[in-house]
Amino acid sequence: MSGTFLGMPTAPPRGTGNIRGSEPFPAAARTELGNAQLRRNVGKATRTIRDKRIAVTGELPDWEELRSAGAAIKRDVLSRLPDLLEQFEQAVTARGGTVHWARDAAEANAIVTRLVRGTGSDEVLKVKSMATQEIGLNEHLADEGITAIETDLAELIVQLGADRPSHILVPAIHRNRAEIREIFLRAMPGVDPDLDDDPAHLADASRRFLRDRFMRARVAISGANFGVADTGTLSVVESEGNGRMCLTMPETLITVMGLEKLIPSYADLEVFLQLLPRSSTGERMNPYTSMWTGVTPGDGPGEFHLVLLDNGRTATLADEVGREALHCIRCSACLNVCPVYERTGGHAYGSTYPGPIGAVLTPQLAGMDTGSGDPNGSLPYASSLCGACFDACPVKIDIPSLLVELRHQHVEQAGFDAEQALMKAASAAMASAGRWTAAQRAAQLGRLLGRGGRIRALPPPGSAWTSARDLPVPPKRTFRQWWDSAEGRAAIERARREGGAR
Amino acid sequence: MNARETVLGRVRDALALAPPDAVQVPRDYRRRRSLPPERRRELLVDRLEDYRASVHQCDTAEAPGAIATALRGARRIGIPAGLDRRWLAEFDGEVTVDSAEVPSARLDELDGVVTGSAVSCAETGTIFLDSSADQGRRALTLVPDLHVCVVALSSVVAGVPEAVARLDPVRPTTLISGPSATSDIELDRVEGVHGPRTLHVVLLLDA
Repeated sequence: MSGTFLGMPTAPPRGTGNIRGSEPFPAAARTELGNAQLRRNVGKATRTIRDKRIAVTGELPDWEELRSAGAAIKRDVLSRLPDLLEQFEQAVTARGGTVHWARDAAEANAIVTRLVRGTGSDEVLKVKSMATQEIGLNEHLADEGITAIETDLAELIVQLGADRPSHILVPAIHRNRAEIREIFLRAMPGVDPDLDDDPAHLADASRRFLRDRFMRARVAISGANFGVADTGTLSVVESEGNGRMCLTMPETLITVMGLEKLIPSYADLEVFLQLLPRSSTGERMNPYTSMWTGVTPGDGPGEFHLVLLDNGRTATLADEVGREALHCIRCSACLNVCPVYERTGGHAYGSTYPGPIGAVLTPQLAGMDTGSGDPNGSLPYASSLCGACFDACPVKIDIPSLLVELRHQHVEQAGFDAEQALMKAASAAMASAGRWTAAQRAAQLGRLLGRGGRIRALPPPGSAWTSARDLPVPPKRTFRQWWDSAEGRAAIERARREGGAR
Repeated sequence: MNARETVLGRVRDALALAPPDAVQVPRDYRRRRSLPPERRRELLVDRLEDYRASVHQCDTAEAPGAIATALRGARRIGIPAGLDRRWLAEFDGEVTVDSAEVPSARLDELDGVVTGSAVSCAETGTIFLDSSADQGRRALTLVPDLHVCVVALSSVVAGVPEAVARLDPVRPTTLISGPSATSDIELDRVEGVHGPRTLHVVLLLDA
C-alpha cells in the first residue's frame, strides 16, 4: 500500500527481472576478458560507431543547445510526471488504445500474457525492446506456451543462439559472421543449407525466415522510444523495417513502455529525433521511424494496448540525485566511448542495461542488497570515472557523478561488513603497541598472497577492498623490525656519528 | 488499490520525498530555418544519395517519364487511392489501387508502389509519409520491395523541427531515410532487410 493518502510518502519498491547478474562485475569481467573474439568484435564496433557519431554530431552547429534542451525536457517530464502520465493515458484512450499499468516485471508479464491469450494466438512477433528484455518477457511467454519470435536481426541471432544481448544497440556485436552462419544453420527453421557467411546473405536469410510470419502475424509486441503526453503518440525508431512490420501488419499491437519514456509534447520530438540517431548509430537519421496514436481504422492494428511499466523506476525517481538516470534515451553512446565496456563487453554487467548507464541504472532500478555480495553492488565500481560517457551523452546525464554517489550509498549501506570492519580493526590495532606489532607481523603473511609486488585478492573481509583494486605486498620487514635489527642499529649509529661530527 | 493508483501514488511519493524544481526548457537550438530552394535541393539530394536512394530530378511535366524509368522491371504495382493518375501515364504494367479492404498480406504480390509524400527534411535526407490520400496506409509503402516516392521541392524543409511542425500527430506517420538497412553483422551495412530494398525519389523541381 502506498502511503500517499496518509500524507506520509514512502520509498517505492525496487524492480525485478533481468536487472541483476549472477556474479560480481570483476569476476564476470575476468571471464569476458579471456574471450579474444569478443574483445576484437566489441573493440572494432565501438571504435567505428564512435567515429561516426563524432562526425555527424559535429555537423550540427547547435548540437550543444540540442543536448541542453533534451536534458531540460527530460527533467521537466520527471518534475510533472503524475500529471503528464494521466494526460498521456487520457490521450491514448481517447484514440482507441487501452492503457494498462504494471507495478513490476511479473505484473507486466501477466498482462501481456493475458492479452496475447485473448487474441487466440500462441505466437507473437517482437520488435527489439529493452523493457521486455528487462522483464524477461520472452522466457515468461515460453513458460506459458507462447512462442515469441524476435524480428530484429541482432535479437534474432541472440535468440537463435540461446545467448544474451551484449550491447543496447547492436545486441549480437560479440558474434562474427562465421558464428552467425553457424547459428542460422543450426537453429533457423527452413534455412538454405548452402548459406555462406556474407552479411547480405545472412540478412536475406532472416528476411526469408520472417517474411511469411509478418504476413500472417496476428499479434506483435513492441517497446517504445518515446510516448508523447499531449497527443498520446508513440514512436519506434529502427532500421530494418521489422519494426514497421510489427507495428503495421498484425491485428493486435501490445507496446510495453517504461514510464520514463514520456516526453511532454509532440513538438519535443524535434529535439529527440535529432539527438537519438546521431548519438546511437552515428547516422543523420535512422532509416525508419514509426509514429502512431491509438488506432486508425483501415491502417494498422485494430487493437492497441499500452503497458506502462514501473519496475523500480519510481524508486529511482525518489532519489534526488539518481533520478537523472531516468533521462536515458537508450542511445548507447556511453557504451561506445567507455574504456571499461570496450574491453569487457556487455555480459560482464549481468544486467539488461550494460555499460556506464547500466552501471548507474541497474543498481537504482533493482537496488544493491547489502551483505549478500549482490552483483549490483559491484557495478558502481565498474568504471574508471574518466568522464567520456558524460561528454557523449545526448541528454547530458552526469554518469561519473552518479557513479560516485552510488559508491557513497553502497559504502553507507553495505560498507559495514567490508571496509568499515577493516577500518574498525585497524583502529583497534593502532590503539595498542602490542596489538599493532602483532598486526604488522600478521600483515607480512600477505606476502604469500602477492605476485609481482601486487596482491590481487584478499580473503574476506579484505576481499571487498581487493575486488576493485590491487594492493602492494607488505615490505619484508616492518620499520620496528628494521630498527631492532643489526642493520638498523648500524644505520642509526652511523647517523649519530655524522650528526656529532658536524 | 489497483496498479494504476499504486504506480501514480509511488510517483507522487517519489516526488514528495525529493521535490524537484520547476524547469524552463531552453529552445535556442535552430528551430525556424529557411534555406533558398537551390540549397534545399542540393542538401536533400546529397543526403538521399548518401542513404543509397536513387534520385530523379525533373519538372512535373517530365514526372511520368521519370516514374516509368524508376519502375523499370516492375510489372504489377500498387498505388494509394489519392495518387495523381497522370503520373503513371508512361507506365505500361498493371496498376492496383489499394484500399483498406485488401488484406495487407496481399501487398506482397506487388512488385512496387508509387506514392506522394507529406514533407521532407533536407538536412537528414528524410521523407515523412503521413498516410494522406496520395500516400495510403502504412503497409503499402512497406511490403512491396520497390518504393517510388514523389517529392515536391516546395514540401522540402531545412531541418527536423520545421518538418515535425508540419505534421498532424493523429495521423499514422512514417519517416524513411533511404531503403531498409541493417548493420547488425560486424557493422557491415546491408541495404534491404524487411522493408523495400529499393527507394527511388522523384523530385519535382517546379512543384
